[in-house]
Amino acid sequence: MAGPAGLVCPAGPAAQAEIVVTFFIRRTIGAALMLLVVSIATFLIFFGLPRLAGATPETFAARYLGRTADEHTQQLFAEKLGFYDPLWQQYWNWIKAIFVGTDYDYGTGIEHCAAPCFGYSFRTNHAVWDDLLDRLPVTVSLTLGASILWLVTGVAVGVLSALRKGSFFDRAAMTGALAGVSLPPYFTGLMFLYFFSYQFDLTAPGGTYVDFSDSPGEWAYSLILPWITLAMLNAAAYARFTRAGMLDTMGEDFIRTARAKGLHERVVVTKHGLRAALTPIITIFGLDVGLLLGGAILTESTFGLKGLGYLAIDAINKQDFPQIMGVTMFAAFFVVVANLIVDMLYAVVDPRVRLS
Amino acid sequence: MATRTDTSAPEGTKAPAKAIEGRSLGRIAWTRLKRDKAAMAGGMVVIGLILMAVFAPLIVSWLGHPPNEFHQDNSLLAAELGGLPRGDFLFFENSGISGDFLFGLEPQNGRDLFSEIVYGARVSLLIAFLATLVSVVIGSALGVIAGFFGGMADTVISFLMNVFLAFPLLLFAIALVGVLPDTAFGLSGNSLRIALLIFIIGFFNWPYIARIVRGQTLSLREREFVDAARSLGARGPYIIVKEMLPNLVAPILVYATLLIPTNILFEAALSFLGVGVQRQVVGEPGVTWGGLLSDAARNSVVHFMFFPGMAIFITVLAFNLFGDGLRDALDPKSKR
Repeated sequence: MAGPAGLVCPAGPAAQAEIVVTFFIRRTIGAALMLLVVSIATFLIFFGLPRLAGATPETFAARYLGRTADEHTQQLFAEKLGFYDPLWQQYWNWIKAIFVGTDYDYGTGIEHCAAPCFGYSFRTNHAVWDDLLDRLPVTVSLTLGASILWLVTGVAVGVLSALRKGSFFDRAAMTGALAGVSLPPYFTGLMFLYFFSYQFDLTAPGGTYVDFSDSPGEWAYSLILPWITLAMLNAAAYARFTRAGMLDTMGEDFIRTARAKGLHERVVVTKHGLRAALTPIITIFGLDVGLLLGGAILTESTFGLKGLGYLAIDAINKQDFPQIMGVTMFAAFFVVVANLIVDMLYAVVDPRVRLS
Repeated sequence: MATRTDTSAPEGTKAPAKAIEGRSLGRIAWTRLKRDKAAMAGGMVVIGLILMAVFAPLIVSWLGHPPNEFHQDNSLLAAELGGLPRGDFLFFENSGISGDFLFGLEPQNGRDLFSEIVYGARVSLLIAFLATLVSVVIGSALGVIAGFFGGMADTVISFLMNVFLAFPLLLFAIALVGVLPDTAFGLSGNSLRIALLIFIIGFFNWPYIARIVRGQTLSLREREFVDAARSLGARGPYIIVKEMLPNLVAPILVYATLLIPTNILFEAALSFLGVGVQRQVVGEPGVTWGGLLSDAARNSVVHFMFFPGMAIFITVLAFNLFGDGLRDALDPKSKR
């Protein structure tokens, strides 16, 4: 956040650039701190809370070994994986592995887990990082298509509504938008699937995903319903934000000035009104995209798309802690980075943001 | 009254409101709210839903069958169709909708969908209301402290708010509900789950309230009446409780009302994902609309998706309509 008050630097562009750089550095440190807190909380939830609830180092080790392992093997394994260490030590090892990698000794020889090491899945023994990268394209595809769709429609409807405030279009659009924000995506998704796929066979059935590199056409075909479902929800919210923002800006003095100068109404709306009204929208957009990149849980599970959100649910249902922590950190990383990018863009684009 | 009817004039609201003595903000808001048809309709539906939740057993005994009763008779469920209900109604094919079963039957196990929907309101509203209360208490307290004392307190609380907003909320909630044991704090089964859900949903949403309250407190702190109280020797806690809080009630009320539908959606999402309140075969059924939807997802029978989905939609829409209306009515700058 930029401070609310402060003075513009009168010392010229060099000093101004210095302020910008300091601001960027401060924000980056803030973001890193935020990730640190999230990582501690995540770790405590998955390795601290179960301890309080009666889990022992052996039961953790048993998750890797399956039910058949005897007590002695469990103890041996728990020792090797460091489950007997104090909690802070385990946390430190976990963090260290993410940055520099680590070596696991399963007794069958040493196995190296390279730098972004989030450990191995309890169930499949896959490296969590590989699983994350494997699922990422699905979530990125879903988010990308949907976000473009909702940004364009949401802003367009919002602007038109604001310009024709009180008209039939405005009232219809705002009623629709309110209904849109009240519709859960899994309900719309299910209904869409039922009608468009099951009844009329117009779109791909649930659970289909074709990679972009295999066939762009089929990629879009397999994602069109999830895109619309996800976009509907957000488009409705964005239409409401945009309308409110536009109504505020169009009442400002600088709009009156622009009109008084004799500018064409279209120029007033697009160059002056929309530009000011869009800044907060872009902020929210950045955050929403960041949030979704960590897994569009509801849409993915409705359509059976095996992205990060699906992985998360799957991991949670099977109590696969390393995987859950991996997904959570991944998701938090996207949110924090999105936050950071938005803040920095803001500082560069909007001259009203003070950097002190 | 004559001056108040002319509210369509853009600048006619503020001055006349001051000119008429003895009308509290509450009264003004109520007259405005009464004129807002959409908000009133939303309010009525909300009241209806609350009554439905409270009197669920009574309603079900009039219009349906107990929610834990299975109707698997071959005259109701067609064995040759894999347990789909017999009978169509409009475009609800194989729904079994009739005067006896208003919303039809659940495929395979043949429970009365109508009574399940009625009972679903209980879980949904209970969790949404109490979770909102948790958010409001935590959010207002921290928001006031941050706004009023500023300095270090503000820095820490604002940082906390940002951390919470950076959390992948839904993911965290699911994970939390997932790792917790079956018995804790002397509670077990669904009562423990409900308590946990209330706490988790409420706990993750406090920053939304805190942000609003902090902003309001920051501007109230600079007002003359606070200076006056301070110059008369009032201390911080007194000023907060007696001077600030009454002025914060309106915004808190509005955002609490708007948080309820968010929480309803949150709870429904958790139930849809299978980590919400669990269905019971005996006693309090623990039906959730989200849970019904996730069962329906495996069946592709349209009535089974439609009714629970519409229940969520109508409830959330009603709260949103009412909340929007309330915000407009309580907003002193509102031009309507």
